[in-house]
Amino acid sequence: MTVQIEGSQAVAETVALCRPDVVAAYPISPQTHIVERLARKAAKGEIGRCQFLNVESEFAALSVLIGASATGARTYTATSSQGLLFMAEAVYNAAGLGLPIVMTVANRAIGAPINIWNDHSDSMALRDAGWIQLFAEDNQEAADLHIQAFRLAEELSCPVMVCMDGYVLTHAYEPLDLPNASQVDRYLPPYSPVQVLDVTAPVSIGAMVGPEAFMEVKYLSHHQHLRALELIPELTGVFEQHFHRRSGGLCTPYRVEDADIVVIALGSVIGTIKDAVDELRHEGVAVGCVKIGCYRPFPKQQLRALLEGVTRVIVVEKDLAVGMGGIVSADVQLALKGPVHTVIAGLGGRSISKASLKQMIQAARGERLADPHFLDLNWNVIDQERSPRRDTRRAGPMAEQVLRAVNAIGVKLI
Amino acid sequence: MSTERIKFYQTGTFTAGNRLLDEGTRTVQSRMDRTNSLNSGHRACQGCGEALGARYAIDAAVRASHKQLIAVNATGCLEVFSSPYPESSWQIPWMHSLFGNAPAVASGVAAALRAKGRDTVKVIAQGGDGATVDIGFGCLSGMFERNDDVLYVCYDNEAYMNTGIQRSGATPPFAQTNTTPVVSEHPGNPLGAGKNVPRIALAHGIPYVATASVADLHDLERKVTKAIGICGARYIHIQVPCPLGWGADPAHTMKIARLAVESGLFPLFEAEWGTVIQSSSIRRKVPVERYLELQNRFAHLFGPPPDTDAIAGIQAIADHNIALYGLLR
Repeated sequence: MTVQIEGSQAVAETVALCRPDVVAAYPISPQTHIVERLARKAAKGEIGRCQFLNVESEFAALSVLIGASATGARTYTATSSQGLLFMAEAVYNAAGLGLPIVMTVANRAIGAPINIWNDHSDSMALRDAGWIQLFAEDNQEAADLHIQAFRLAEELSCPVMVCMDGYVLTHAYEPLDLPNASQVDRYLPPYSPVQVLDVTAPVSIGAMVGPEAFMEVKYLSHHQHLRALELIPELTGVFEQHFHRRSGGLCTPYRVEDADIVVIALGSVIGTIKDAVDELRHEGVAVGCVKIGCYRPFPKQQLRALLEGVTRVIVVEKDLAVGMGGIVSADVQLALKGPVHTVIAGLGGRSISKASLKQMIQAARGERLADPHFLDLNWNVIDQERSPRRDTRRAGPMAEQVLRAVNAIGVKLI
Repeated sequence: MSTERIKFYQTGTFTAGNRLLDEGTRTVQSRMDRTNSLNSGHRACQGCGEALGARYAIDAAVRASHKQLIAVNATGCLEVFSSPYPESSWQIPWMHSLFGNAPAVASGVAAALRAKGRDTVKVIAQGGDGATVDIGFGCLSGMFERNDDVLYVCYDNEAYMNTGIQRSGATPPFAQTNTTPVVSEHPGNPLGAGKNVPRIALAHGIPYVATASVADLHDLERKVTKAIGICGARYIHIQVPCPLGWGADPAHTMKIARLAVESGLFPLFEAEWGTVIQSSSIRRKVPVERYLELQNRFAHLFGPPPDTDAIAGIQAIADHNIALYGLLR
């Protein structure tokens, strides 16, 4: 059924159709609309016997799900930014225990300076925690990925993060095709774990493992994780049969046939990149793009196959490894065994315009792209702030200085 | 198989002894149907108060729940000595996740049981004082405040013993630990530091709060049994001497625990819905020195020269407890 609906509400409606037994959440912008709607639905009894717990922190939210999942419940939470970092210890723990928890990350920047707008710093910080990470391009995909995520998590006994851009997707209204309960039930069988906390068959879960076996345990979880690279294409295929649309997948190409230049990105910015690609194609530039839909496990081989014969690869990423550069581009470089351009863009919600993307592509063609290149950086502010710094030792935050330099609202308060 | 009934009673104390109690209230230390939920063979130190406390608490809970019990454990001595892979001492479903999240994990277990319609199964969360009063305190308070259906048991040995004896928020004044060393003018843990978590639990207004001691296992079992029969958030704080961390003779575990109670330093009480309803009276009050002198962590208080001010400070705490709970009757 097609409805005009906000991204968060669509995700909540879809998660409810997946029949979670336990949902625990702590509010953080821009995740709130998702859990508010789930709380309402659970309270109205629209999700069966689903227990919704209002907990005191994100760390508690995921910890509650760890206990619930180990007891055989289908579990869900959502968070963002600082919240994801606050639950970090439990994020690793859930993966180590092989618990198929599904979590939405409404992607948001990490402070300081505090910033509530979108980038991918939060998910990237926990990319190696053992969770499968799926990134949604639009709200239809965001909703659909949750249905796939529960099935993927439960088949692999591995937690899944569904990453969707904060505000850009969570707060955007779009016409979506929302599935009905019987469709979801046919695709997603009930959760039936092999080992749970059960008084009739007692087990000890979470034992200490020493040097004699720890490496083997870790290898096996790595091996299990990599199985997602086979399972995801299979599950998206089955999903298409059930729901009559393509959603998800490891990486999706757009106009890469005969392309010399390919832009790689994750999440909602792919929409703008596609527009830029279309216009440049019209102007005769052989350009295409690839969306990475599954960032962990990283689809190395699939990416390599898609980019065979491409002379120039640009990775546009909404994150920054301070002191290093790009995070995604490092992985892409490893996969391609060749040079890539790193473009850091959209940090803290800085908008990424089609015009800037086109300029970026042209600059790359003319070998005029810095490494890494920071898209739409205000160099006046940087220079103004940087020159006195060279001469004076100065400790402390620089956010206020920059705000003053750009004449932002904050300056009026000082 | 024929069984022989053994009567236990203690000498040299003011305890009544089993032989004077009726059948129903006797402490039976060993019998055929004992579950031994925390089985022998684990790696606790000789004289470990926590192993003893946990064994009695869990067995009582298993009995009271008709073997319908799931336990969640915080990281700590109890977790480490009972579950080194591939061995486990636990005869019941048992889970360890992290140091600071046992109350929340237990809330999740309880929520899952409710969602699955398996409400008859009871949930216990347990941890040491570090897991309870410090790192897991936020989760504990949240579990209390939501009145989740969990019995939380704290085994309080008054410092971080698993990591090698560092100060916790439950370390008593003047106690020497490896992070409150006896090197300055004011040696050991500062007077006035630390928090009283049983009273904080009480302030949450939860259905049941109790303190217990391995010195009175019968009382401990009774409190656990009672707590298992109550729905909602429940808290039992058990003092468990640690021979290693307290610098005490492993043979003195029970004696030291008893002196903590008899001096008034560790008052035994029960509270329901935020109100203290019962306390165990002290039959023969002993000065705190009797308790302190058996432990190396307080050796610096006995000089030379003796730190009479410090000892008086500790005595004042004991006297305050005695007055607060009306322990001398």
